[in-house]
Amino acid sequence: MRNILIIGATSAIAEATARRFAAAGARFHLVGRNAEKLAAIARDLEIRSGQPVAWESLDLDRLDLHPALLERAEHALGGIDVALIAHGILPDQAACQQSVEKTLAAIHTNALSVISLATLLANDFEMRGRGTLIAIGSVAGDRGRQSNYVYGAAKGMVNLFLQGLRNRLSKKGVQVITIKPGFVDTPMTAAFEKKGPLWAQPDQIAKGIVAAVERGRDEAYLPGLWRWIMLVIRHIPEGIFKRLRL
Amino acid sequence: MSATAPGSWGRYPPSKPRQVLHCRDPRTLILPAEPLSCLPFGNGRSYGDVCLNDGGALLCTRKLDRFIAFDPVMGSLRAEAGVLLSEILALVVPQGWFLPVTPGTRFVTLGGAVANDVHGKNHHVAGSFGGHVRAFELLRSDGEHRLCTPTHHADWFRATVGGLGLTGLIAWVEIQLQRIANPWIVAENRRFANLDEFLALNDDYEARYPYIVSWIDCAAQGRALGRGIYMAGMHAPPGLMKSPPAEPRALTVPFAPPVSLINNLSVRGFNRLYYRLPRPARGLTPYQPFFHPLDKLLEWNRLYGRRGFFQYQCVIPPADAREALREILARVAASGQGSMLAVLKRFGDKTSGGLLSFPRPGVTLALDFPNRGRETLDLLERLDEVTRQADGAVYPAKDARMSGDSFRQYYPRWEAFSRHIDPRFSSSFWRRVMADRTSRETTCAIS
Repeated sequence: MRNILIIGATSAIAEATARRFAAAGARFHLVGRNAEKLAAIARDLEIRSGQPVAWESLDLDRLDLHPALLERAEHALGGIDVALIAHGILPDQAACQQSVEKTLAAIHTNALSVISLATLLANDFEMRGRGTLIAIGSVAGDRGRQSNYVYGAAKGMVNLFLQGLRNRLSKKGVQVITIKPGFVDTPMTAAFEKKGPLWAQPDQIAKGIVAAVERGRDEAYLPGLWRWIMLVIRHIPEGIFKRLRL
Repeated sequence: MSATAPGSWGRYPPSKPRQVLHCRDPRTLILPAEPLSCLPFGNGRSYGDVCLNDGGALLCTRKLDRFIAFDPVMGSLRAEAGVLLSEILALVVPQGWFLPVTPGTRFVTLGGAVANDVHGKNHHVAGSFGGHVRAFELLRSDGEHRLCTPTHHADWFRATVGGLGLTGLIAWVEIQLQRIANPWIVAENRRFANLDEFLALNDDYEARYPYIVSWIDCAAQGRALGRGIYMAGMHAPPGLMKSPPAEPRALTVPFAPPVSLINNLSVRGFNRLYYRLPRPARGLTPYQPFFHPLDKLLEWNRLYGRRGFFQYQCVIPPADAREALREILARVAASGQGSMLAVLKRFGDKTSGGLLSFPRPGVTLALDFPNRGRETLDLLERLDEVTRQADGAVYPAKDARMSGDSFRQYYPRWEAFSRHIDPRFSSSFWRRVMADRTSRETTCAIS
């Protein structure tokens, strides 16, 4: 039985992942923005896991609230075995281009708040010599593209930060996993036409996350096909890449 | 997946919704812009057009998939309408509970099971699904949330059970589960030589088993007309403990071939072989293959090719059952359009009270036919002649072609029902069976 902290628990990927852990009888502490939704998810997970589920709603942009949040989670669960950081927003790229404020707000939510939580969790895990830290990055963080580089830059920062954490903590018995989903059919991407083989369902990503934990993976492109797509995209020379409309 | 527009299981009729909306919040009903009508769409397992709204909007409910309450002591379960019966089974079977009624596939949504008032192999003891519904919440387009139980808003309850999704969106459903001592099934198989033997054996089997269904060889003619196999079962007693049945692995039919793989040759061969196939007379089996044999082959409807197929399921009242079923089977055999899977079962007397519910006392026969266009439609109309004559009925959840006159004869309470239809809701099925009527009314109004 694992004690799992989920931050951004109302995200479709997080919820699908929680259900898979719940089937194995995990215990949860859920954190998110929307209290009503959190309550519904908590009730569902209680039924699936047969364990009581605690939750709290919080504005994760408030970095000053993070230390106390983790203390409460730690206390409620009696020690965190797995932490999944899954919160994030998909900013409007065009609007961000015209507004420094919007750009920085998106980077604050998608990168700085993740880094704040990851720092605190990593130190806690390091001290105890165990724990699994999972964060949802994105294939968008692998290369800057004109269509979503504000989102991509934040995710790229998370990717690099986790690489460093992994490098530091792998000797300390702590597992750090970066999840890089491709296009996923969730409320966050509601504005997109979801056709074609590249779109995945949240549960496919969830399955990959659970597998990454079980197999001790460092980084997982989900679905796996994206590993090869991004391999190609990362290797296109910048001189050519800048001319593409991506 | 999300790649294709939602269709029905029979892949007929072709249909294109103008808008597909995904419900995610059980507390709010999202509506398309006026004047588009809308219809809830679950997992697309009804065969014909009750789940279609050609030119209108579909409200997909699969993402309403949270459990709301489960009492493992009393066995009551409340869940959002898009939860699949397979997901309910996965949750409750390990805790000693089972669905009160399960149809031939577990890949239907809870809301769909209510809206079609589905039945299963235990109809003779348990009645249909609606009889085990304790409550549900109906979201109407005027913003009202109506809590319905068999006694509270009982008229709305009866209109919505079997109401084909037309009375509003079912947000969540509470059902009463049944206790089981064991996830395994004690099953018995027995051949019968013809329809008379089926009818003669039935009382005995119904007295001994809560679950019965019969497969029949509808390619057989003459003295063998209606020969087949009884498949009876009961939940195993606690003593017969085996390890819990593993979730079975399924194969998937990868694509729909241009022509149906199910044709005269394959039907004849399959039926003959299936009848002769040696099978144990009695044994233990996991519940999945017993209740849901077709769920082992995902997307099996593709076998019928791109033109799709028709199901024909009728029920014939007891008095005329023998004669009418003989006539139906004879007409099918004579047409040369054999059915791969023909299923026979006697319904009991229990009804859920649903105004448009299909199950009623009598014998029900389900057949499927590859779509060969006119030829198939003509055959099905000839079968309807027999059903109408015998005062039977055809199952809307499996229908794509019955006439408006047939429908209104089969469902005499349709007028009482239609007063409960939400003004923003409609379906391809409903427009089809009401088409002649509205045009008649319009004609009257003009003259």
